[in-house]
Amino acid sequence: MEIKQVLRNLSEASGVSGHEHNLVSTIQDSCPWADEIACDKLGNLIMLKRGSGPEPRPKVMLAGHMDEIGLIITKIEKDGFLRFGTIGGFDQRVLLAQEVLVHGKEPLTGVIGAKPPHIQAPGEQSKAVKMEDLFIDVGFDSQDEAAKLVRVGDLVTLKRDVVDLQGSFLAGKSFDDRAGVAAILECFKALDGLSHTADVYGVATVQEEVGLRGAITSTYGIVPDIGIAIDVGFGDSPGLPESDTIKLGKGPGIAIGPHVHPKVHARMLETAKEWNIGYSLDPSPYPGGTDTYAIQVARAGVATILLSIPLRYMHTPIETIDYADVKQTGRLMALFIAGLDQEFVEGLTCF
Amino acid sequence: MLLARLTEANGAPGQEGDVRDLIRAEVEPHVHEIRTDALGNLIAVKNPDAPGPRVMLAAHMDEVALMIVGIESNGFLKFRPIGGVDPRVLVAKSVLVGAKKIPGVIGSKPIHLQRPPERERAFSIQELLIDIGAKNKEEAEGLVKLGEIAYFTTKYEEFGTGKVKAKALDDRVGCALAIRLLQEEVSFPLIAAFTVQEEVGLRGAGVATYQIKPDLALVLEGTTASDVPGTDEHKHATTVGAGPCITVMDRVSIPHPPLVQELFAIAEAEGIKVQVRRNTAGGTDAGQIQLSEEGVKVATIAVPCRYIHSPASVMSKHDFEGAYQLVKSYLTRLQEREASK
Repeated sequence: MEIKQVLRNLSEASGVSGHEHNLVSTIQDSCPWADEIACDKLGNLIMLKRGSGPEPRPKVMLAGHMDEIGLIITKIEKDGFLRFGTIGGFDQRVLLAQEVLVHGKEPLTGVIGAKPPHIQAPGEQSKAVKMEDLFIDVGFDSQDEAAKLVRVGDLVTLKRDVVDLQGSFLAGKSFDDRAGVAAILECFKALDGLSHTADVYGVATVQEEVGLRGAITSTYGIVPDIGIAIDVGFGDSPGLPESDTIKLGKGPGIAIGPHVHPKVHARMLETAKEWNIGYSLDPSPYPGGTDTYAIQVARAGVATILLSIPLRYMHTPIETIDYADVKQTGRLMALFIAGLDQEFVEGLTCF
Repeated sequence: MLLARLTEANGAPGQEGDVRDLIRAEVEPHVHEIRTDALGNLIAVKNPDAPGPRVMLAAHMDEVALMIVGIESNGFLKFRPIGGVDPRVLVAKSVLVGAKKIPGVIGSKPIHLQRPPERERAFSIQELLIDIGAKNKEEAEGLVKLGEIAYFTTKYEEFGTGKVKAKALDDRVGCALAIRLLQEEVSFPLIAAFTVQEEVGLRGAGVATYQIKPDLALVLEGTTASDVPGTDEHKHATTVGAGPCITVMDRVSIPHPPLVQELFAIAEAEGIKVQVRRNTAGGTDAGQIQLSEEGVKVATIAVPCRYIHSPASVMSKHDFEGAYQLVKSYLTRLQEREASK
């Protein structure tokens, strides 16, 4: 299957932080290039592609998180409507009038209800509807009916089919960060046609959205020399200053900041230039917010870098990417890995 | 499924063509005459020359949608609602734009780059743009023309306890009722007007009525229900699942009281659960129909719909069935009354 189609399937599947198990088989079945595949105790999916040549070989870890932000049921109202809280950061304003899937005893269609204009007070439309006033309508008439299929604590995901926009643009939910997972698959595929000495661990991490937790345990287990996190970055869109964004369709953002090892950064730029791969420089003064932050401080410390796939409308069900950027990110990582040797990784601790 | 096809078809005010074609194909086998007028109303007539009262059924074909009013230099599309749409329901939705049905999404600023107070105010319509993935204005102009319409992409789906989720239930639910009712055998003239441009000021109904010259008209609608958490019970207007509603007054009409009383009496006699529409806001085609020529007796029978004028509204199949039974019983009684004359 084309990896772009794998990404479509992953986007439409459900996997809120801590409940990523539904995604595992789709990812591992799409990775025939791995020599070994295993899950750790937190649920991280670890795919190993071995390098050639004698040990010690450089170890490179690629991390893209597979979890998505979601909702959780907090109350079943007496008339069968459901109240909810959030898992991960949602703008309350994007939730109104969305279709959702409530993961009860069986998946249930629901609508986050909106007050019709006909019965609103004047001026109401200028105020955001507060999260606490939102509810999910699952079409039941009573609490009893609802309680047969839904329990407090059940998870909810937004329901959205992937939309193909112009060119290779895709819009849908959870491209943050399943686009990163797809980039890892693209990298593995590209590596298959290259010779590389490094052992490559592709990790679909869990629980990034609630505190980078999967990256902590998977890095501890792998003990990589170099960690590359692939996440999404703010894509250029109306209303956002150019300095806060990276352009869609121009390749990945290559981060620079405290979470990026200077030698890895320099080598990544050289690789991009040598192979004529487009990129944007992505300066980030604060190291947090992605798996890079956790990978960097595992065990005795890891040389890390962050590659960002430009994405518009982050944390909404219509996150928009250019698939060409996913492909380019995979290719850049593969060529970077192919150029690594033991001497380079040994030099990473010498400042 | 008729209601699925009707709601998934697109028809903004003034651009009801796809809906009209669908309805025409459905009703043609059941009527003696079918025609359109200068505004695009579709008028289907049973027994045009028969004696007896001329009974009109009215349902509007149009739905609220978004009109493309500008193309930005970066290829994004500016739009304005056509009909009453709360801009807050538009955020992070997908749409299909124009004759070429170009997929697009309505984007917003990511939460990470907002200051907390920003989340308290709604996005204004000026801040919302449709992203079709075009690289620039030239590419976008090759795909979308100014004045074209963007529609929600919601799929019809049955869920919960006999509920339906779809876009445009206001008023494809009325269209579906009228289509079914035209299949009834009656002796008197029965004329269905599938009207245009209701959502922008009841524009089609007046001219349709002028041509039909009915003795009485039954307006079939999908109406506001706000029987949801956070709305006080006295503001619910209607309740989904409590049967079709009968209007005693809205913003534009006071339905003919004896006709309204007769409908309540029939409901009681037939054991059809009905409810009074408990709100006087909102208008329907009845407002124009009643003022045609020297006046027409009207009644409005509606299926309660939650979240109308949003991408996904919700109704009950039982209410739909109740509305059908109520109007059918009315027509049957009229038929019996005519036969005994």
